[in-house]
Formats: sequence, structure tokens, C-alpha cells
Amino acid sequence: MNTTVVSVGADMFADAVAAQAVEVERVDWRPPMPGTEEDLATVATDPRRSAANRQAVQAMLGVTAHLVDVAPASEVLDLQPGQFLHAGPPIAWERTSGPLRGALMGGAALEGLVDDPEDAADRFAAGDYTLEPCHHRSAVGPMAGVVTPSMYLWVLEDLKTGRRTYCSLNEGLGKVLRYGAYSPEVLTKLRWMSEVLGPVLRDAVRTVRDADGPVDVTGILTQMLQMGDEAHNRNRAGTLMLLRDLSPAMVSGSGTPAEVSDVLRFIGGNDHFFLNLAMPACKLALDAARDIPGSTMVVAMARNGTDFGIQVSGTGNQWFTGPAQVAEGLFLGDYGPDDANPDIGDSAITETAGIGGFAMATAPAIVRLVGGTVPDALATTRRMHEITLAENPRWSVPVLEFQGVPTGIDAALVCRTGILPQINTGMAGAVAGTGQVGAGLVTPPAEIFPAALRALAAAVPA
Amino acid sequence: MRDHVEIRTGAYADSVTLLQVSRTVQEVSGVEAAQVAMATELNLEVLAQMGFDLPADLGTGDMVVALRLSDDTELDTVLRAVDAALAPRRESSQETGQAPPRTTASALDRTGDGAVVLVSTPGANAVVEAADAITRGHDVMIFSDNVPTQQEVALKELAAQHDRLVMGPDCGTALVDGVGLGFTNAVRPGRIGIVAASGTGCQQVLTLLHTAGEEHDDVGVSWALGVGGRDLSSAVAGRSTRQALARLDADPEVDLLLVLSKPPAPEVATALEEYAATLTTPVEFGLLGPGQRDLTAVAEAALARLGHHAPQWPVAGAENTGAATGDLLRGLFVGGTLCDESMLLAAEALGPIRSNIPLSPELALGSDLSADDHTMIDFGDDALTQGRAHPMIDPTLRLEQLARAAADPRTGVLLLDLVLGHGAEPDPASRLAPAIAAARADRPIPVVVTLIGTDLDPQGLAAQRDALVAAGAEVHLSNAAATRRAVALLGA
Repeated sequence: MNTTVVSVGADMFADAVAAQAVEVERVDWRPPMPGTEEDLATVATDPRRSAANRQAVQAMLGVTAHLVDVAPASEVLDLQPGQFLHAGPPIAWERTSGPLRGALMGGAALEGLVDDPEDAADRFAAGDYTLEPCHHRSAVGPMAGVVTPSMYLWVLEDLKTGRRTYCSLNEGLGKVLRYGAYSPEVLTKLRWMSEVLGPVLRDAVRTVRDADGPVDVTGILTQMLQMGDEAHNRNRAGTLMLLRDLSPAMVSGSGTPAEVSDVLRFIGGNDHFFLNLAMPACKLALDAARDIPGSTMVVAMARNGTDFGIQVSGTGNQWFTGPAQVAEGLFLGDYGPDDANPDIGDSAITETAGIGGFAMATAPAIVRLVGGTVPDALATTRRMHEITLAENPRWSVPVLEFQGVPTGIDAALVCRTGILPQINTGMAGAVAGTGQVGAGLVTPPAEIFPAALRALAAAVPA
Repeated sequence: MRDHVEIRTGAYADSVTLLQVSRTVQEVSGVEAAQVAMATELNLEVLAQMGFDLPADLGTGDMVVALRLSDDTELDTVLRAVDAALAPRRESSQETGQAPPRTTASALDRTGDGAVVLVSTPGANAVVEAADAITRGHDVMIFSDNVPTQQEVALKELAAQHDRLVMGPDCGTALVDGVGLGFTNAVRPGRIGIVAASGTGCQQVLTLLHTAGEEHDDVGVSWALGVGGRDLSSAVAGRSTRQALARLDADPEVDLLLVLSKPPAPEVATALEEYAATLTTPVEFGLLGPGQRDLTAVAEAALARLGHHAPQWPVAGAENTGAATGDLLRGLFVGGTLCDESMLLAAEALGPIRSNIPLSPELALGSDLSADDHTMIDFGDDALTQGRAHPMIDPTLRLEQLARAAADPRTGVLLLDLVLGHGAEPDPASRLAPAIAAARADRPIPVVVTLIGTDLDPQGLAAQRDALVAAGAEVHLSNAAATRRAVALLGA
């Protein structure tokens, strides 16, 4: 026989086959997460599952994200004064953590709802303002992810369907609103972003769109993954490619030379500028895989600084949440683990789509930033293939022989292997107003996957 | 003497491996007792019975290393022996240094098309791995038992949807294009195809046909597709049997089909016979049951279809056996179908036989497995293998019962089986022969053994047979012949 035998279970059977000079691939099987056995069997024998997961993967891989506009949230999301979007699953003010609180307070001052950010806390506590996840409005936001009406948003579109996703403009590093800082210089920069950066980008994006067709963000991601970016903690190549595509139109646009110069300097000096395009591109792709009955594919992972939540294709908009963990990694200056807030931000949408921590192997330059080694990085990407449904043929990793990145997290595979998705992340200070304190690696709380699996099993037709 | 108990959370090895590890560590000097086991309910019970103090809140993901050492023994030395015994023997799956796959799905990504999957995880996890195979277009054999019937049906529905074959669950034996999976005898390839809802029943027919094939070139078997012991029950309704028959019927290399099963549900048997009549390849049925043919007769019928007379089935050591030493027959089997067959045959002459797999419910044995009556015990039954290795790998339980039966003055004849082949112990006679000799030490109880094996098996048929004969047994190749002989010795 010229075939192979895959043996899962007792080694003696694999040995007995090998003794017949037949090739054997041995599975390193271990018991699944406690309490998941019955649900795993129910989901495994769901006749819809394999086709549903195939459909989910194909839908996701079929999306190309194009940059079609830059516009204020009030225009494109109809966001009204007093309405605040935030990262992660839904949360009430009482349970918010320091950085989200600080960002909301700063956002209230930015919109002129209060003069002093400190005054906003009572108004939030009194319920004067509404909080809503970015994800519920087709948006994503890094770290605190706070979006207010006056903020300019990137607008990405799947040209085949007209579906759109949105994300704010990246403020840079250090003391910034998304890390919970709200000091006067933070608000000053945000005002400049709405008055200068947003309009200059809007004009440039529209000019490029109308002249040459919109910028292909998915295509830039393809290239940057081959240039050492994993598109979560390293976006250097992506940022420069975006500049390449937009700067001619900026120079010939309506901004004054001084304004354009400031904009170019700001983007060029912010290695993370492209993150806010990578994120909505990932969401645009993953949203195409939503709501497929029987699919066990994770379509969102997001954190609000208190809870870590996931959504799964086969269970609609239901969030499965557990306590957000504190990342392990390196700290800026004198900061240490005690200063760090639990995991926060919608940026784990990159890992959900197969990049970020999942593409660690392609970004050896930053393995030390997140406290690892190059072999760790290769092993991480390979390990993520154990919990994903497919490989992305467009997004490949040169050092792994151009293998596609691990794509489509399967909640069932996570429960079976106990391997948790690996997320690269920044760390915000726990105290409102602090800003960034470090960067590192984090995983979701394990229990949210069995919870999602339980709901998937309950949805299997009897 | 002192105890050492440590918990290794997150460590895992399969139960067969851990049994071997425990046995290896027990042999280290200064070790009075050693048990390395996953913290399943049953294993925790065993550890408690051994007198070990265990922490509360252990889960199935914890490995327990429990050692009882003589006072002058270095703990470190013994722990090193534990670690050495546990050290993975497996090499990384590819030359790239990649970690081994963690799921069947991941393994199949690496092997590509055409691979056959063999599942022997605990029963509660088997269907999940098997579904990976089916949905990716691969056939799967499930050795695992204790799979819930509802899961079996759901899995076989899934297999029908994907046009794949599920061999099992609780399938001990398969021969897939000449490669043995599970417990299988090494046999000459040929144009006979077998579909079997019974592992040892299949092995009996394989070994009989192999022996007959020594004289006839056209007798050989390349395919023996197991379908699982429950496939012909009302609930499962022969789903895999049909799939397997269709598969072999379409194979131009297969000229004759045999269907073998323990007593099937009557309506399922009828439906299956109707289905077989629609196939182009002739089908010979061997469905055990009262008034039905025994397995040897089925093998002989297959030979007759090929135009051959049955040979004289070999017997060795007949000179060892004298008159019965009591009035009762005691059968101790590792093969469930062999046990069934012997009960059916012996009951015709002896009347009701008590068993843990009784022919009718009122004949069931209690948990002590003993009765003042004719008894036949299947040590491979689910209830006796929960949390324990199959008796073809670990004969301890059967050997204990053998000593008990020999000590009972009413025991007149002992009827045993011994199964050789891939997957079975490397030298099973080395443990059974001394036990037989011990059983006959006080009085010459006739011991009749069915030895299921071929000259191509790794253990070597002749050496195993000679060891048993030297210990005082009479050894048959045909279980039906062995059973008739046992009954005749009782004078019934």
C-alpha cells in the first residue's frame, strides 16, 4: 500500500503499523479543555460544520479592502454628541478600567461636553452619555478605541458588496488618548488631527480614489508581511507604503505647504500609523464570515480593558467574555507589571485575521520587543496553524517557505488543543491618564472558548 | 517504606504507554509499588486502593506519579527512571523540526490525500478525531470503545454525507489493502474481501483462510473492513457494513465477500441480506446466532465457493488432555466473538451458560464474574476495559480469573483463546503458559486453547503453540473445534 496511516491515541498501534513498513504520522493527542468533550462531539458531527467553515474561510479570503474615504464619525457613522464608541465587548461605566475611563473623559472634553476632562466622570456615572462597542458600528479602535463625533475615520470598502468598515486615525506613541491619557497636549494633538490631518488625508484619499482607483489596503498588507511587519506591533513598511501612495496627492491638494509638511512629518514619525488601516481591513474581511450557521470560526476578538470577548460566526452577535489578562513583555522607563492595565483594544482583530501574533514568524525584528527569540516566533506561527482552519494564500511568510498565515481561528480546535490565540499588544497604564507603559504578548482567558463551544453545540439541529 | 506522590499538570500519555511506564518503574530496585496514571476516576480509585494519599481536585488533565519506596532508596534515582520511561520515543514528524501535529486535522494537512486514520483515544474523544478524517475525505478506523451510540450514529451519518467509511467504533481489526490496523494477523493477500462487525471473529476467519491458502494459491485476503461491534444493532442499522460492502463490491480485485458478525438485530440482518443480493460480487454471510453456522463453517463455505475442500484444521497437544476434572466448563476469552461462538456451540450440549456478555439477559454474571455454573467471560468487553488496556495487551485480569477457576473443584475443563498478530503482546504465551502450568499443578484440568495466529505473525505461530503445549494445553486453530472438544471432554 502506498498510503500513509495517521495514528491518534495509543502509540502501540502506530508502532504496529510502522512495523509493517508503512509510513505513520503520529498525532500528539492530549485531552481537551475540561468539560468540552460532549460539546466537541456534537459540533464535530454537525453535518453543516465543514461546509460552513469552508464558506466562512472563503468569504473572508475573498474580501479586498480598499481605502475609499476619510471623514468625521458624525458624517459616516451618524455619531451624535454624547455618544461614545469604545473597544471590546459592551461595558458599563462602573466596570471600565483606567485607560478606557481616561480616554472617555478626554473624548468628552474634545467634543466640548465638559471643559475639564475630570468633570466628565460624574456625567458618565450619571448616565448622561451612551457607550457602545466600535464593533457594533462596523468599526474598530486600537487600545481604548474611543471614537467621538468629530474624529476623522478611515473608511474601507469591499467594492464587490459595498460593505464598509471604519477606524480612527493613529495618534502616535506615548501620551495619547487611546492609552488613556487626556492631558491638554493630548487634546491639542487630537484637535490638530481633526482640523489638519483629517482634511488633508480626506482630500488625498479622494484624489487618488478618483484618479487611479482607491488604495488597496489588503495589497499593502500582502507586501508588508514580506517586509518584516506583522501589522500589529510593527507597521513600519506599511506606513511608508501608504505615504508613497498618498503623498503626491497631498502635495498637490488644498493643504498649505506648512500643513502638508506637518502631516508628512507626523505620519513618517509614527511607525504605527498603518495599524489603523490594517485593523479595519481585517474587520472587513472577517465581517464577511459572520452569521454562517454551523461555522465555528471566530470572527472577532476584542478587549475593553476589563473583559476579553469573542464572537463566533455560528452564534451571531453574541459575545463570550472573560477577564482580560495582563500582558507579559517589556516595560517603558520605570514602569513595571504592577503599572499595567489588563489587555485592551480591538487590535486583536489582526490576530483574528491571521496576522499580528499569528504572523510573528515574519517579524523577527520585533521578537525582542515582546520578550521572545526568533525560534519562538517561528514556533508561535506554526502553533497557530493547529487552531486555524486554513492558510491565507495572499498573506504569506517568506521564512516559512511562503506558507500562508494561519487563518480562521476555530473555537473547537482551541478547546481540543488548549492552544490559545497568541496576541501581540501594547500595554496601557492602569491609572487613567498614564498612557503607554509597555508592549508584550497576551492570550485570551481560556474559559471563553468552551463557553462559545457550548453555544455552538446548543445551536446544532437535533 | 515511604510514599511519594507528585502531580504533573499538563503532562499526558495514553493509558497503554502509562501501563508500560508503571511496569518499568516497578522493576527498579527499591520500588515496592509504582503507578503512573492520568487522574481519571478509575485510576484515582486504583491509587486509593493501593493506599496512596492523593490531593483533592485532581482532573483528567493531571498525571499522577505515585511511588512506594523502601527506606534506603533514593527518590531521585527512581524519578529519573520515571522520566526516562516517559520520555517521548517519537521523533519530530518531519525533518523541518516542526512540532508534531496536535489534532488529526493537522496531521492530515501534512500527509495529504489517501491517508487512513486510526483512532485509539479514550472513547469520549474518538468521534471528534474521526470527524476530522471524514470531513477531509479520509476513511477512519476507530479502535476506541465506550463511544456513545448516539455519537456513533451521528458520525456514520456524517460519513455517508462525505462517502467515507467508518470502521468502528470498538473495531479491533482491519486489513486495508494489505496493511493491518489494530489487532490483525499477517496473512497472504488475495481476492477475498471481508466485512466484519467483530474483531476476533474476523481474525479467526483470516487465520483459517491463511492456513487453507498454504495449499491453494487463489485463497488470500487483502481487505478486511471492520465496522464496529454495534454496527448491526437496531440503532446503527448496518450503516458501515453497507458502505464497506459497496466499497468492496466496486473493487475489481475482490471476487468474494464475507460478512461476519456477532448476533445481529434480526431486522438489520434481513435488510442487509436483501442489500447484498443487489451486489455483483457474491456474499457469504457468517452472522453468529442460535442455529447459525460457526465461523469455521463460514470459512469452509468460502473455500467451497472457490472449489476447495476444507483442510484438516490443525490440533497440537491432544495427548496432554485427559478426562474432565469436574462437571463445569469455564471459558476465559480475550475475543468477544470467540466467546459468543463458544457459548452458542456449547449451549447446544450443556444448556445455559452464564456470561458477562450473556446470550440472554437472565444469564448475566455479577461483577465478581463467578457462578456455580458453566461460565464464559469476555475480558475484552467494554465494562472490563474501562480505564484499562485491552486483555490482548494486559492479560492480568484474565490470569487472575484463570487461577480462581482452577482452584474451583467443580471446574472440569478450561477453554481459552490466545490471539497473535500485529498489535498483540510480543510474546503472550510467556505469560499464559506458566499460568496454565500452575492451573494444572494440583490436578490435570484439561486446558483447551484456541490459538489465533499465522506463521507470518510477528510472534511466530509455532513458537507460541509449542510453549502452550509444553505447559500442558491442547491447542486448536479452529475455535469451533476447540469448543466441541471441550464439550466432549465434559462427557456431555
